[in-house]
Amino acid sequence: MSHPAAVPGLPGSFAPTRTTGAVAARATDLSKVYGQGETRVVALDSVSVEFGKARFTAIMGPSGSGKSTLMHCMAGLDKISGGSARIGDVELGSLNDKQLTRLRRDKIGFIFQAFNLLPTLTALENITLPMDIAGRKPDREWVSAVIETVGLGGRLAHRPAQLSGGQQQRVAVARALAARPEIIFADEPTGNLDSRSGAEVLGFLRESVRAMEQTVVMVTHDPVAAGYADRVVFLADGRIVEELHEPTADTVLDRMRLFDAKGRTS
Amino acid sequence: MLRTALRNLFAHKARLMMTALAVLLGVAFVAGTLIFSDTVGEAIKKASARNLDGVAVSVQDVPADNAPLTGKDGKRTTLLDDKLADRIRALPGVTSVRRNVTGTATVGGPDGAPIGDSWQNLGANFQPDKDGHDPRYPLKQGRGPAAANEIALDEATARASGHKLGDSVKFATDGPALTKKLVGIVTTDDPQVTAGGSLALFDTATAQKLYLHPGQFDELVVAAEPGTDQQALTAKVREVLPEKRAEATSGADLAAQQSTMIAEKNKALSQTLLTFAGIALFVGVFIIANTFTMLISQRSREIALLRAVGASRRQVVRSVLAEAALLGLISSVIGFALGLGLAVSLRAVLDANGAGFPNGPVVISPTSVLSALGVGVVVTVLAAWLPSRKAAKIAPVEALNTVEAPPTQRSLMVRNSLGAVITGIGVAIMLYVRTLTSVDDLTTAMAGSMVTLTGVIILAPLLSRPLVSLAGVVTTRLFGVSGRLAKENALRNPRRTAATASALMIGLTLMTGMTVVGLSTQQAMDEKAAKGLTADLKISTSTYTGLDTALSQKVADIPGVEAMAPLRRTGITATNYSMTLIGTDLTTIGKVAQLDFVSGSLPHTGTDGIAVSQDMAKKKGWHPGDTLDATFPDNKKTKLRITGIYADNDVLGDSISATSVVDPHLDRPLNDELLVKAQDGRTDGLSTPIRHALGDSPLLKVQDRADLRKESAENVNTVLYVSYGLLGMSVVIAVVGVVNTLAMSVFERTREIGMLRAIGLARSGIKQMVRLESVVIALFGAGLGIGLGIFLSWAAGTMLGHGLPTYQLLLPWGRLGLFLLIALVVGVLAALWPARRAARLNMLEAIGAQ
Repeated sequence: MSHPAAVPGLPGSFAPTRTTGAVAARATDLSKVYGQGETRVVALDSVSVEFGKARFTAIMGPSGSGKSTLMHCMAGLDKISGGSARIGDVELGSLNDKQLTRLRRDKIGFIFQAFNLLPTLTALENITLPMDIAGRKPDREWVSAVIETVGLGGRLAHRPAQLSGGQQQRVAVARALAARPEIIFADEPTGNLDSRSGAEVLGFLRESVRAMEQTVVMVTHDPVAAGYADRVVFLADGRIVEELHEPTADTVLDRMRLFDAKGRTS
Repeated sequence: MLRTALRNLFAHKARLMMTALAVLLGVAFVAGTLIFSDTVGEAIKKASARNLDGVAVSVQDVPADNAPLTGKDGKRTTLLDDKLADRIRALPGVTSVRRNVTGTATVGGPDGAPIGDSWQNLGANFQPDKDGHDPRYPLKQGRGPAAANEIALDEATARASGHKLGDSVKFATDGPALTKKLVGIVTTDDPQVTAGGSLALFDTATAQKLYLHPGQFDELVVAAEPGTDQQALTAKVREVLPEKRAEATSGADLAAQQSTMIAEKNKALSQTLLTFAGIALFVGVFIIANTFTMLISQRSREIALLRAVGASRRQVVRSVLAEAALLGLISSVIGFALGLGLAVSLRAVLDANGAGFPNGPVVISPTSVLSALGVGVVVTVLAAWLPSRKAAKIAPVEALNTVEAPPTQRSLMVRNSLGAVITGIGVAIMLYVRTLTSVDDLTTAMAGSMVTLTGVIILAPLLSRPLVSLAGVVTTRLFGVSGRLAKENALRNPRRTAATASALMIGLTLMTGMTVVGLSTQQAMDEKAAKGLTADLKISTSTYTGLDTALSQKVADIPGVEAMAPLRRTGITATNYSMTLIGTDLTTIGKVAQLDFVSGSLPHTGTDGIAVSQDMAKKKGWHPGDTLDATFPDNKKTKLRITGIYADNDVLGDSISATSVVDPHLDRPLNDELLVKAQDGRTDGLSTPIRHALGDSPLLKVQDRADLRKESAENVNTVLYVSYGLLGMSVVIAVVGVVNTLAMSVFERTREIGMLRAIGLARSGIKQMVRLESVVIALFGAGLGIGLGIFLSWAAGTMLGHGLPTYQLLLPWGRLGLFLLIALVVGVLAALWPARRAARLNMLEAIGAQ
């Protein structure tokens, strides 16, 4: 069920399109409320959205729009208040903490803005950490393929403190890919990087979608980063207000300007 | 800057609580000790002053030079008699003269066992006035003893022995048991009685018959008119005393002597306790230093900001030290209050166990307040001193750093070199100590131990790497990724891990050292007690007063006794060498002791035959057939002929002969011990008939081989358990330190923990990770401590075991394993709270935390 959100000033009313093909994750009427009474804040207001398999989706929106909350709820990091959030066939709302942890461990990969790595472990150990936690044997060939893709070959025995910020994020990408999760959530993965390192990391994510058929959902406020995605979903005030297929940095920027203008005049 | 210190202190309340606890416990220990010893000392002083109340002069018997203490009848002879007492009574100013007879008397309890510590069991004469009262021993029930068959007891003894008025009381002075009718129960302030002894009262004639001779006294206590000059009176009394056989002391001098003696005794106890309190505080230093190091590294940006806006290095240092001083003061005040409670309850506990301290108010002297608070503050400030230097080194520019730089690990080079040198010196001293045999060199051993311990503490960060890695192999194998992360976390900051583990190490080094030395000694004494002894029973008295020879002979005739040999010890000097000579029954001695002749044989009964030990013979170059010029304690010389040389044996000592050789030189032949060989399987039933044959005295000790072993074991174990208890405080503080370190680490690693949770480590896995880190640190400390303890006790073993030829290093693996197990439990317990906190961290907030 879609939730039409009229955005005056844009051509016609906007309704998110259903992606064709298989769906990796889906939110239906998903809402998230913090606090009670006077301090009650609606972070997500009946959001319905699908993330297609082997697709690279970016979630954008101004601060406080609910984009991070949406990601946290979809990734099983936060409890949902209403509606439904599914990863594959699994309904997250019905899972307890233990089951959510297991789901994250087995089906989801994460890339955070910073502090992705354990300083005590080497790059390689960080990459295989989720599988170590699960007690699974890493698929050696796959892991070396991933490492080769992100170009970390010579630095596997280094500890995070000996790596640059860009290299650390590449290790984080490799870690997310190594376990072959059903879906990878990335939260501002380039937020702390210079533009060149950022471009590299985004290139790897894009490549993983294309060559490895990985599903990636990325939260970002950077139009350039969003330009790497197949599709951009815009959030404002806890609702989905717009989406864009095959975006470029320029088209994303244009849309953002439009929201901005709208935001200022309303 | 003081305001900053104050703010900081209160901003980190929770974090500083563990540190405060470490200071608090140490100060409580110090304060408790000081208050306890002041209180008890004051109470004992008051009690003994009460006891001396009204004593102007005390006249005491002085034994004659070169004469035996007791005559052939076993009684002492004094020159204090009624005639002398009357002469003193006639001196101007004298109002009365008390005539005291004193000795020991031990009352048997319901099971025949002696009541009270036999050395402190007083027997005395009841001296009634016209109304039948003796002011020194106020009657509680009944009346004073007035006839030869009557006795009075103090309240506590009557209660303990279960005697009521009219009962017949069995007691002993030195010989066989005596029985008298209980006619009175009295109270007494006599410190000897209140501190674990007992009191038995007789009428004067009976007491004289028991201890002296009719008409004689041990002490004349002179009371004088108020205002009489004690010293002048003492001088006058001295004039009428028989020369050299009596001595007069003024009441004031006597009181002074007593209080000096009490102070000495008290000092020894409080010094021991203070040593342990010092250890506890020393352990606390590590925790305080750890906390301040962590606080300062967390606060480094804040400090850099202060520096950037113009605070000087010195101000930064001062602010940190002020924070420490404040923390020390607050903790010390609470610690002092806790110490007060500790002192009061310690006294109650000891009293309940029969310590018998006299009553008195709790004494809180200004000295104890000042020392306890002072020690708490000084220790805290000293411990914070190094971290404060570190704070001063923070550059103002660090305030501008936006990127979180990983804390740079300062090189351990200097520390390791210093540690290696100090440890080397310590080990060298201990290896030298290993070659020493005299207990006089104990100070060297202590110094060597201290140096080695210090060296290892400095080296601990270096040692942590291989040892923690080793432990990590096990945790990884057993617990997978949690175990692996735990190991990495423990290795992450070697200084912190080392300081935390060191706190535990100190306690365990001492516990292990004491245990190894104690149990080795015990084993040696065990072996010694049984070595060379083939008898099944050993009979002696608890006051070593000796056993009547005629009664002893009856033991040999008890059915079930195969052989009995008496031992009568004396010392002789032969060719300028002092040695022991045991007079015994030469026909039976071979059955109760291992007697192997190297050459010659036992003397044929006679008056001059002697057999000597191989050790003596070797030392002096004696051979069978040689004749010795022996001098006995009564200064009589006798020629003794060596008939044989036997293999060394602890039971037989340097030399043995027939009793007939020894007896002429003894004032009154008494058997020091009887050794009894039972017929097969009849040992168990023999104790009762033997006691009966020897007069059923409560002083009798009939011990089988197991009892002999137990006797030596009990002493060692008591000392060990008391030490464990006292060291327990430092272990508790060390545990607080582990909790502290973990709590801080969890706080520092908030983001990591959030990330681990996000990528799928369950709460239980996080808990396990923290728990295992704790266990690894605890085991590291315990392992180091146990290892060092074993080394130190090995090195000091030759010295401490000297004089015990059977001494051998005994490693009580069971008990050491128990220590490790305790460390393991300590690790798990210390992690409870931090692990819970880590597992409950809000994941999203944790990931976003700065």
